[in-house]
Amino acid sequence: MSAEPVPTPPVADGAPALEVRGLRKSFGALAVLQGIDLVLHPGEVLGLVGDNGAGKSTLVKIISGLFKQDDGDLLIDGEPVSFRSVEGARDHGIETVYQDLALIPQLPVFQNLFLGHELTTLGPLRLLRKGEMRRLSRQYLNDIHVAVPSVDAEAAQLSGGQRQAIAVARALRAARKILLLDEPLAAMGARESRLIIDLVKDLASSGRVSIIVIDHNYAHLFELCDRLNVMQGGRITVNQRIDETSLEQLTELMVSSYLRQVEEVRNAGA
Amino acid sequence: MESGATKSAVAPAPTPPGQQRDARGRAYRVLRPFLYQRELTPLLITIGLFVYFTIKAGSNFTDTLSLNSAAGYAGPVAAIAVGEVMLLVLGEIDLSAGQVFLFCPWVMYWLHNAGVPLFFAIVLALVAVCVVGAMNGLITVLLEVPSFVTTLATNFILYGAVLVGSNQLQASPIPLTGGNSFAAQAMGAWKWSEILWVLGITIVMTVVLTRTRFGVRTIATGGNIVGAAEAGVPIRRVKVWAFTLCSFLAGLIGIVDAIKYGTLDPGNFGVDYILYAIGACVIGGTALTGGRGTMIGAFIGAILIGVLEDGLTLTGVSTNDFFIWVGVVIIFAMALNVQFDRLIARSRAR
Repeated sequence: MSAEPVPTPPVADGAPALEVRGLRKSFGALAVLQGIDLVLHPGEVLGLVGDNGAGKSTLVKIISGLFKQDDGDLLIDGEPVSFRSVEGARDHGIETVYQDLALIPQLPVFQNLFLGHELTTLGPLRLLRKGEMRRLSRQYLNDIHVAVPSVDAEAAQLSGGQRQAIAVARALRAARKILLLDEPLAAMGARESRLIIDLVKDLASSGRVSIIVIDHNYAHLFELCDRLNVMQGGRITVNQRIDETSLEQLTELMVSSYLRQVEEVRNAGA
Repeated sequence: MESGATKSAVAPAPTPPGQQRDARGRAYRVLRPFLYQRELTPLLITIGLFVYFTIKAGSNFTDTLSLNSAAGYAGPVAAIAVGEVMLLVLGEIDLSAGQVFLFCPWVMYWLHNAGVPLFFAIVLALVAVCVVGAMNGLITVLLEVPSFVTTLATNFILYGAVLVGSNQLQASPIPLTGGNSFAAQAMGAWKWSEILWVLGITIVMTVVLTRTRFGVRTIATGGNIVGAAEAGVPIRRVKVWAFTLCSFLAGLIGIVDAIKYGTLDPGNFGVDYILYAIGACVIGGTALTGGRGTMIGAFIGAILIGVLEDGLTLTGVSTNDFFIWVGVVIIFAMALNVQFDRLIARSRAR
């Protein structure tokens, strides 16, 4: 394919695309995040794994501007940032695909694809340029091999996998800097998963965007990611490059770290 | 679900989605225009009623005087209903729009009596009702008071304001009433001007809902508020603007209606109008569940109510029957809408 020998692995020179320092978040008495430190290098795909309730989704929602942290800092390109809203995060080039499906059931596919970034005429009325949005949607979905019956089909009529594919496609298209994918393959069949994995890998190899993926499927993560962070009990306990580790090693690391945690709890109880 | 083997991969052909060879597929194909053009059912019913009453009551029903009275009754309800659709699409409601319709001409009347030139009195009255609408929206989104309650309160406040401001005395004459100038004729003195205003409002609002960014964002906010917010739709701003717009339209048609009839009665209660308007929206195919609505449907719904009232009166049936029929039509329309939504959700495109 390309003439270059091997795509150079992302190196840590210069400022990371995203850095998280000492992030804490509690909901009432429940301390969900207990000091998260995380680095995302430019053009890197970082996988985030952990049990339910480990705090992965909370972390993603803070980075995407939906929640506000209690303590700790977010740095983008080395600059401290503070978001007040999803739009604030988006202004910094951060796009997110959430677990809960983000499409509007009553809107056709092409309007869902352009939601929040509609093409309009100038002037106060802001008439929609529907023909152009239809054409671009058709072209784009064709380019990335996402098959839908028609760009005029309402989202309510699509299968769960198709809807997820559209949601991911929208975020991929809009992301300028950082893409957060919260279980992007949750509702998908094998063929559709394949599609999304290829989409994400394409985008990552372009080096334009850095990506954080949450998933439970290690096979998917091994294929997608450059690096894995394991979250347990509101902390990141394992930070491992994929090319330096095997599935067995990772499982071992997780189990031992889990046992250590159990031990800690037991000691604290004694 | 047994026909899963025939998965058509290529789909640029304009075949309707969900086409199956069984009975359900056929039913879907027949029903399809009715599913996506919700105005179609009430339109057919209205035409049917029109034909029925024409046969039954003959020239009594079709002469211009009678039609004019039907239009005069349905017009304001239609304009209020069209504004209300914006809020129903959002999953919100404005119960105060009927009272805004009555309140706006009072503001114009008071300002004019206080020496404000008529043009400015009209503009200021419209600004006042926009402020009322914006307040409805702000209280709903910022204080998280359900809009049903916010606008219920607004309805009483405006009713009280009219009673206090008017000292319970009727207002007459209204400026411009019966005037021959172009301005007077255009603003309601000509007998057809009100219905033209209502038609214009319906057309403009159809464009707003279906062809503008604001319209798409309204549908998105009402259809999936979390998803819309995540996609970057400023959901609160969209809601406040929709409340403002609904209030503005009710106020505008209120002024035209006041100039048309020439008197203002402080005892009129806006709830009478708003309940018919919401009925018209429902009959026209707008669900109160959010995400779906049609302006033309609301217009047709109002006409249907008007034709029903006029027709029942002229065929000599007691007017009391009218209310029973309105109730039956509303329930029938809503049940149909809900079933249509279920059909759409079931007809997975493949």
